[in-house]
Amino acid sequence: MKIPQVSVFVSNRPGRLQTVCRSLADAGVNLLSLTLADSGEFGLIRLIVNNPEKAVDVLAKAGLSATITDVVACPVNAAIGGLAELLSTAVGSQQIDYMYAYPSTLNGSNIMILRFQDTDKAIEALKATNFKAIDKEELFKNT
Amino acid sequence: MLTTAWNDEENKVLPEMALDFMPEEKLRELQLQRLRATVKLAYEKVPLFRERMDEKGVKPDDIKTLADISKVPFSMKKDLRDTYPYGLFAVDLSEVVRLHASSGTTGKPIVVGYTKEDMEVWAQVVKRGLLACGFRSTDIVQNFYGYGLFTGGLGIHGGFEALGATVIPISGGNTERQVMLMKDFGVTAVAGTPSYFVRIIDVAEKMGVDLSKLNVKRGIFGAEPWSDGMRDYIEEKTGIKAYDIYGLSEIVGPGVGCECECRDGIHIFEDHFYPEIIDPETLEPLPDGEEGELVISTLSKKAMPILRYRTRDITAIEKTKCKCGRTIRRIRRIGRRSDDMIIMRGVNVFPSQIETALLRAEKALPHYQIVLDTKNNMDTLEVKVEVSRDMVSDSMGAMEQLNKKFKHSIEQILGISVIVTLCEPDSLPRSEGKAKRVVDNRKKM
Repeated sequence: MKIPQVSVFVSNRPGRLQTVCRSLADAGVNLLSLTLADSGEFGLIRLIVNNPEKAVDVLAKAGLSATITDVVACPVNAAIGGLAELLSTAVGSQQIDYMYAYPSTLNGSNIMILRFQDTDKAIEALKATNFKAIDKEELFKNT
Repeated sequence: MLTTAWNDEENKVLPEMALDFMPEEKLRELQLQRLRATVKLAYEKVPLFRERMDEKGVKPDDIKTLADISKVPFSMKKDLRDTYPYGLFAVDLSEVVRLHASSGTTGKPIVVGYTKEDMEVWAQVVKRGLLACGFRSTDIVQNFYGYGLFTGGLGIHGGFEALGATVIPISGGNTERQVMLMKDFGVTAVAGTPSYFVRIIDVAEKMGVDLSKLNVKRGIFGAEPWSDGMRDYIEEKTGIKAYDIYGLSEIVGPGVGCECECRDGIHIFEDHFYPEIIDPETLEPLPDGEEGELVISTLSKKAMPILRYRTRDITAIEKTKCKCGRTIRRIRRIGRRSDDMIIMRGVNVFPSQIETALLRAEKALPHYQIVLDTKNNMDTLEVKVEVSRDMVSDSMGAMEQLNKKFKHSIEQILGISVIVTLCEPDSLPRSEGKAKRVVDNRKKM
């Protein structure tokens, strides 16, 4: 149920994102989703890739520090109120640290990537709803 | 204590170590005799020392006890620069078999010379230090101190060779090859600057080589002050035991003093070097146990006798006897050099304090650099800290927390506000010899 996400620490200056993407591409790692967070001096690049362990090694060789954390991928209705519907369930009362959209659909549904403070508890909460978290195999199926 | 030490199976006293255990009375007698000879040599052969002594109205014959050393004028680094290159030599150059020099980053380098006899003494003191730390003739030693004009490389080399160990004179640099040879040559001991060894640890990790699985058991480190935290870091990462050797080129190079297996201070090889502690302000001698500036006089050097050299190192001579039973006295490990001191808004700051603060905050030794600058007519102290893999989080809040933790830990120790900037790994300059920790961009008044 958990999806491994790679987070990379970078200095906030031009060219860093390029280094990250180029290193992964050259190593044949498929980049599926990406989001940036910054705090002036530095930034975090969060990535969903088809081979997270390899990505961390490749980035380390490029002189970058990265780590893997678990996130949850959840389908939401591709219609008005789709996300609101998900958050109206018990999932909505979980502590969500951040979320972003995954740039492809699955069986007509949009996919949201959610980072919960307590992933296990959130997955439990999700089980009681009509929403079914997407597992790693399914998400990476055609990559 | 002496008898137990001689019979201790774990830490055997070998015949070569006998001088470290000389009865104290005999040691003082020997020191006085050698001091008188050295003062006489310096007075007769070195114009600078003669002029200074004449100014004070001191004659070599006035040195009747060891305490009379306080009558002798001081010398300092500037004296070596001012007499560049050979002005302090007491022998003809034909008797000098080796020259060394400092890097001379600020103007002219300082030059030191050795007679054949001086070279033998140097090798012997280093050897005694190595023996005291448990190094033996069976060791295969990777020496990554820089070879060349710097006294570190060849000084340590000479000591290990006198010991009969197998020395690999690899010098500094080419870190990946350092790791490869360490593995392939079955290296059992390493020698060099602690900061460069930390670099080797990093590179080995990147290469997927676990140093703790190799044969390396011991390391001898020196040429720059290093904290106990750095020692813990080195030992935890590699499983070796790390020992501190002390020295300075002006006196002989490495081997002025060295730790023993007890690692409770640095034994000075007192039969060749006479240590004193002075108050750096009043220049008055301080009793054993009190902290001040270390002053050293050579007792046997022929090419370049040095009287009461102000080392700029802040330490104290220990009052108590070491558990090893050595009678030669110890100084506390050097944490601070008055040369390294940064004055920031009137507060004295030492790089080693920042190292301690970082270790306290993260229990790991990140690479760091101290940058001093002037912004809006205000001096600022910025500490750049490299973020290692263990420190990264996916949470922005956690990264900001890490920054705050470093900042808080440093400010608590220094008592002044600092800026902490988190940087990417390998973004700060690396040294292959002594670490350059401070960049000063402040506007000079």
